[in-house]
Amino acid sequence: MTDVQPASVYDLAHEDEPESLATYAVLVDNEPGVLHRLVGLFAARGYNIESLTVAETDRRAHTSRVTIVTRGTPQVLAQIEAQLQKMVSTRHVQDVTRDPNGLERELALVKVRGVGGDRVEALRVSDIFRARVIDTTAESFVFEVTGAPSKIDSFVELMRPLGLVEVSRTGVLSIQRGVEAL
Amino acid sequence: MTAHQTIEAQQETLSGAEIVVRALLDQGVDTLFGYPGGAVLPIYDALFQEPKLKHVLVRHEQGATHAAEGYARSTGKPGVVLVTSGPGATNAVTGIVDALMDSIPMVVITGQVATHLIGTDAFQECDTIGITRPCTKHNYLVKDVADLPRIIHEAFHIATSGRPGPVVIDIPKDVQFAKGAYQGPTEVKHAHNYSPRTKGDPARIAEAAALLASARRPILYTGGGVINAGPRASELLRELAELTGAPVTSTLMGLGAFPASDSKWLGMVGMHGSFEANNAMHDCDVMIAVGSRFDDRVTGRLDAFAPTSRKVHIDIDASSIGKNVRADIGIVGDAGSVLEDLIAVWKQRNLATDKAAMAEWWRQIEEWRARDCFRYRQDGEFIKPQYAIERLYELTKDREVYVTTEVGQHQMWAAQFFHFQKPNRWMTSGGLGTMGYGLPAAVGVQIAHPDALVVDIAGDASVQMTMQEMSTAVQYGLPIKIFILNNEWMGMVRQWQQLLHGERYSHSYSASLPDFVKMAEAFGCVGIRAERADELDAKILEMINSDKPVIFDCRVTKEENCFPMIPSGKAHNEMIMAEEARDLGTIIDDAGKRLV
Repeated sequence: MTDVQPASVYDLAHEDEPESLATYAVLVDNEPGVLHRLVGLFAARGYNIESLTVAETDRRAHTSRVTIVTRGTPQVLAQIEAQLQKMVSTRHVQDVTRDPNGLERELALVKVRGVGGDRVEALRVSDIFRARVIDTTAESFVFEVTGAPSKIDSFVELMRPLGLVEVSRTGVLSIQRGVEAL
Repeated sequence: MTAHQTIEAQQETLSGAEIVVRALLDQGVDTLFGYPGGAVLPIYDALFQEPKLKHVLVRHEQGATHAAEGYARSTGKPGVVLVTSGPGATNAVTGIVDALMDSIPMVVITGQVATHLIGTDAFQECDTIGITRPCTKHNYLVKDVADLPRIIHEAFHIATSGRPGPVVIDIPKDVQFAKGAYQGPTEVKHAHNYSPRTKGDPARIAEAAALLASARRPILYTGGGVINAGPRASELLRELAELTGAPVTSTLMGLGAFPASDSKWLGMVGMHGSFEANNAMHDCDVMIAVGSRFDDRVTGRLDAFAPTSRKVHIDIDASSIGKNVRADIGIVGDAGSVLEDLIAVWKQRNLATDKAAMAEWWRQIEEWRARDCFRYRQDGEFIKPQYAIERLYELTKDREVYVTTEVGQHQMWAAQFFHFQKPNRWMTSGGLGTMGYGLPAAVGVQIAHPDALVVDIAGDASVQMTMQEMSTAVQYGLPIKIFILNNEWMGMVRQWQQLLHGERYSHSYSASLPDFVKMAEAFGCVGIRAERADELDAKILEMINSDKPVIFDCRVTKEENCFPMIPSGKAHNEMIMAEEARDLGTIIDDAGKRLV
C-alpha cells in the first residue's frame, strides 16, 4: 500500500500543465440554436468561456462567425478544438492565438464620471489610447476604445481612479492578416 | 423518363407526413419502432396507408429507442423511432443518450405542436430540440415543409456516417399537414459542411506499422468502433492479429469483433476484464487502440495506465484521440479503412515482429492466463450465476444466437462467460449503462432476425425497468428469451456497498419482487423457473425449444460478487481475484471510494 493519492480520469493526468488563454474563430451555419449548441458544448464539458461574440457574417452563405476566448491546459484546448470541429454545424475552426497572423480586437464603451482635474486627466488618457468621446455631460464622458483586450484592460484600470462608472465590452473579434480567408 | 417527366416527378406534391414515409422508404427503412400521440397522428395516418413500412408498437417510448438500438447494432443499419411530442419525446431521451454514448446510428422522429403554438406551453409541448441538443449527434426542428426532404435525408447521412449516433427530427403538426415537393436522397442539397474523414493519414499509418514491427510486447486493444466499421473490419482485425502474432483484447462494446475461440484472444479488458488482458495492457510496450476510447472503466488509474507503452490510437472521432490518454500516433479514420492500409503497409514492407520477443511475451501471457481468473466453484444445489451463464452458453453456442443484456453484475458475467465468434451478436449498454436496455433491445434484434435465438441476459432489478415490452414481444410473436439471474438484489450496487460502504445495504434489496413465472403467464408468454443446479440444463433447453417469448427466472446464489476486479483508483496490474476479496475495504482507500 502506498500513500500516493490515486489518480482518476477526474484528475486529468496533465493538470500540472499551465493553463493559457486561447481564442478560436468558428465559422458556423447560421441556423436556429447553433449558439446554444456551441455554448452547451462548453457548459457540458466544463470549459470556461472568457468571452464570446457572434453575428451573421455572410447572409448568402448562411454563416455566422463566433469568436470565443477560453482557457485551459494544452490538452483541454486540443479537446475544445476537436469538439468544435465535431459539431455538424461547424464549417471551420481556427486557433487564432497560435496563428502568428491572428489579429484580435475588442471594442469597449467606458463611462467615466468626474469634474476638475480628474476630468481633464481622463480626456488626456483617452487621447493617448486613441479613444473617442461619444457622449459627454458636464460631469461625465462615454469613451469608445478599440484594441487588443490587454489595451482595453489598461485603459479601464487607468480610468478607475478617475471616476470609472461603467464598462461595456464586445468581447474579442478576430481575423487573420494577409489575403487568406477562414 | 423524359426530362419533363423527371421535373414533374420531382415536383410531386405530398403532405409533410407523406414526405416522411416516402423519405424513410427511400432510405431503405423497413421497420420503425414507435408510439402514436396527438402531435404525430398525421404521420401515423400516412403509415396506415403504407404497407411496406413495418411499425412496431412499443409500450413506452424508451422501449422504442432501445429496440431501435438492438435493431441497429445487430444489423449495421440505422434504427428508426417515431414518437409524439412532450412526454413521447422526453421518454425517448434515455435511449437517445444511450445511442450517443455507444455510437449507434439512429433517427428519431418526434411530433411537435403546431408552429404557431410553439412557445405557448401548449398541451404536450416541450422544447424537444433544446432537451435533445446535448443528447444527439445533431437535431432539427422543421419549420417549413420545403426543408423536410432535405432534413430527413441529411439526418440519415449524419446518423450513419463518421462516428454514428442519434439524430432527432422534430416535426410540428402543421408541417406534417402542409403540402410540399418531395426530393429523393440524391436530389437534395445538404445544408451542412459535414464530411467526416474515413481514410487515415498514410504517413501516420506507416509510422504505426513500423512501431508495431518494433514491438516486443504488443497488444491490440479494440472497441465498438471495429464493429461499427462493418464485418470487413472484424476480418481485417483477425488478419492483423495473425500477421503480427499480437494478443487481442477488447472493450465491452467490442466483444465479437475478434473470435473468442482464437488463442490470441485475451478476453475483455477493464474493471471486470480478465487478469491476462489487464496485465498485458499494463505491461505492453506498443498498444494499438482501434475504435476504442479509453473509457474510465477500461483505463482505471490513468497515471498508471500502460506506463511503459507507446500508443497508436485509431478512431473515426478526432476528439476521442488524446481525450483521456495521450496517443503517440493518432490516426483519424474508419477502423476498417485504417486496418486495411496498415496491413497493406505491413505486407508491402515485409514487416514482422521479433520472434523471440513474441515467444517470451506469450510465455508471460500464458502464465497470467494460467491464473484462471474467472474460476468459481459450482458446489451444492444452488445455482451460481457464473454457472448459469456458462450453461446457457454451452447449450446455445451452436445456434444463431444474439445476446442482449441489462446493466450490472449479470452483464459483467455475461461478458466474461458468454463467448462470441462474430460481430453484431452482442448488444449491451456500455457507455450510459442503462438498466432496462436489454429487454427492448432484444425486441429490436428479434425483429431484424426473426429466426435467430435472441436472449436477454438480465437481472431481477434491471428487467423491471422495461418489463412492459414483453407485451410488444407477444403482440409481434417475437420469441425473445429473458434469462433473469435472480439474486433478489441490485447485485452490482450490493457488491459496491459490501466492498466500499461497510456492508451497509442501503435500498439495494429487491423487496416485493413479482413472481416472474406468473408475470410471464399474465403477459401471455412462457414462464420457467430454475432453482437447482441439476435442473438447469433441462430448463434452459425447455426455454430454447419454446417458440414463444419466455421469462426465465433463474434463482441464483444471492451474494456472489463479480470478480476479478480492478478496484477504483488502482492500476491494471493491481487486480484483485475472488479469493482476495475479503480485504477489499483495506485495498481501496478514501480517494478510490470517491470514484464511481
